[in-house]
Amino acid sequence: MADHWTEKLDTYLEGELASGEMRELDAHLRTCTACAADLLNRVHLRRAVQTSGKRYTASPEFRQRIKSSIASTPRRSPMRAWLFAAAAVATVLVAAAVTISLQQRFLQRQVFSEVADLHVATLASANPVDVVSSDRHTVKPWFAGRIPFTFNLPELQNTEFTLDGARVAYLRQSPGAELLFRIRKHRISVFIIQERAVARGFGRDTGVQQQATFQLETWASGGLRYFAIGDAGSDDIRNLADLFKKAAAE
Amino acid sequence: MEVAEDRLTAAGFEELAMPLFDQLYNFAHWLTQDRTEAEDLVQETYVKALKGLSSFRPGTNFRAWMYRILRNTFLTSRTGLKAAATVALDSDDAPELPSGSDTPETILLEQSQHQLLQDAMQELPTHFREILLLCEVEEMSYQEISEALSLRIGTVMSRLSRARKTLRSRLQLKLARP
Repeated sequence: MADHWTEKLDTYLEGELASGEMRELDAHLRTCTACAADLLNRVHLRRAVQTSGKRYTASPEFRQRIKSSIASTPRRSPMRAWLFAAAAVATVLVAAAVTISLQQRFLQRQVFSEVADLHVATLASANPVDVVSSDRHTVKPWFAGRIPFTFNLPELQNTEFTLDGARVAYLRQSPGAELLFRIRKHRISVFIIQERAVARGFGRDTGVQQQATFQLETWASGGLRYFAIGDAGSDDIRNLADLFKKAAAE
Repeated sequence: MEVAEDRLTAAGFEELAMPLFDQLYNFAHWLTQDRTEAEDLVQETYVKALKGLSSFRPGTNFRAWMYRILRNTFLTSRTGLKAAATVALDSDDAPELPSGSDTPETILLEQSQHQLLQDAMQELPTHFREILLLCEVEEMSYQEISEALSLRIGTVMSRLSRARKTLRSRLQLKLARP
């Protein structure tokens, strides 16, 4: 284990390393099993602290008390009472919509964070996949009886992508497929899980976005939710996602 | 969470501050370790923030600003003063880890011993507990933590590292107990 890198593993996980160092550490992790195992331990601890840290919830009465104490109190005109009544109804509706939206965003962040952790754990593992094959006709049947759904894998001929293999992954406590791809020196995980297992409100297709230091795209198709995540560029993630979407439509 | 100047009205404050309520309360309860004190702390934070709204610099981080008020309020409270008197800031009280194949993390993951982890977090000195919560639970960047705790980024990094080391040591000790 290289001490020089050991002390940077947490900063790496937090996405706070400079991009040059990030790439160097990426490369180091592929060859140093001790650092990879250390990284995995740190991922476990972070996830455990994250879950255990969300421990205390305020009572609804206290929330209301704070809300009332900071609420602005505009002066009312009797002539326009109906306007205020209408505004009040609209406010309730907007507040409900905002609350639902905030809840959905919170749940989405949790799922994205879990996906990023699973991807990091895969990269850090000495045995990242359970079925080692670049042949989609080997990998797809391997999942039969292991997960409660089936899916189509894209044809990768004439593309830069290579399939490294796959394994069963658990996301939101539900079994799903994790496919590991390689493009140039980057690795991308694609997670497939039943749509009903994850929070609603992701939208059918989010486009590529940043999660930790990774690029991530999620989309839904045929009752399944897909997440593509990796340190490759956003074009690569989008291209791989497009290949999956095309395969799902076949 | 940078805030534009035109949102800095009392109504704008409510819109910005209420979404932070749950996380501020959780943080306050972890600091005070008491529901009533946590409620007082959160209430005082909101009152101070609303009164001092004019001192907030638009374009800077509102969430970090709210956390800074809460934390400063805590530090001047009876519990906060007691905590500060008990533990010297930046002390490194992590004993060396005994070697072994099972790490606290793998055991935690396998056994889902969240209560044990919560106990270990609760026992951490306040300055370690608060920085871990801001980083892991609130997912703040080093820059945000530096603003919330009024620390230099270098100190944020070194303190986080010591906090994690201390937490691992305490977990190891707890797991070693029969």
